[in-house]
Amino acid sequence: MIVPLFHVLILAGIIFVLGLACSIAWRSNLIMILIGIEIMLNAAMLAFVGGGAHWGLIDGQVFSLVIMALTSAEVSLALSLVVYLHRRSKTVDSDEFSEMKG
Amino acid sequence: MEQIFFYILAAVVVIATVLAITDRHTVHAIIFLATSFFGLAGIFYLLGAPLVAVFEVIIYAGAIMVLFLFVIMMLDMGQPGKAQSRDLREWWPALLLGMIILGAMATLFVTHLPETLGKWSYTDARHFSRVLFRKYGVAVEVVSMQLLFALVGALYLGRRK
Repeated sequence: MIVPLFHVLILAGIIFVLGLACSIAWRSNLIMILIGIEIMLNAAMLAFVGGGAHWGLIDGQVFSLVIMALTSAEVSLALSLVVYLHRRSKTVDSDEFSEMKG
Repeated sequence: MEQIFFYILAAVVVIATVLAITDRHTVHAIIFLATSFFGLAGIFYLLGAPLVAVFEVIIYAGAIMVLFLFVIMMLDMGQPGKAQSRDLREWWPALLLGMIILGAMATLFVTHLPETLGKWSYTDARHFSRVLFRKYGVAVEVVSMQLLFALVGALYLGRRK
């Protein structure tokens, strides 16, 4: 381990906060919400790999690989949903998709 | 030496992510995000996980970012959005929540106990795949089922009427 685990966790926390801020601030744009989720999942992967490196276990890397597969599945489904919504109402503004009330 | 590289790469990752999430242009945001993922791959390599670093470059910076770019260009969203005037009002809840979380982390950083550095270990592909397919074989099966479901769902959602 080249740096203390705490520094890796601080970096992962900063990246997670940035992803959260991206998702909250751009909440009217579906693509930017997805980008924020990507950044947050990357922070989780960094925390897993850092923990695995700190305790000398390989399980953290296996979990990060599982997270990566999960992310690719999620992104493919979410982007096809975005394409479907854009085909239906010609926009990706999430404020426009409010017709289900009532 | 590795410590210096780690902190440089950490700065690159944080700066590229900040530029990505503040850019109004979605294509520029994707490019900054690819830069950030390359930096993160370097950090993974420094933490002794070369396979995860390689997969980060191939899957994240390669496949997922290209998928985002493909969708953005297909839907013709390269122009900056019409949300020009209301950005400060959009940003203040994000800034508030982020400051709360960062403040909690800073408090932890001030009060934490000093810790010792563990031994630096390097994982080769043989050891990694042995653990992955022997100890976590069920996880591999579940993930493959999940990818299949995602494939079927994407085909269903993307079909033309």
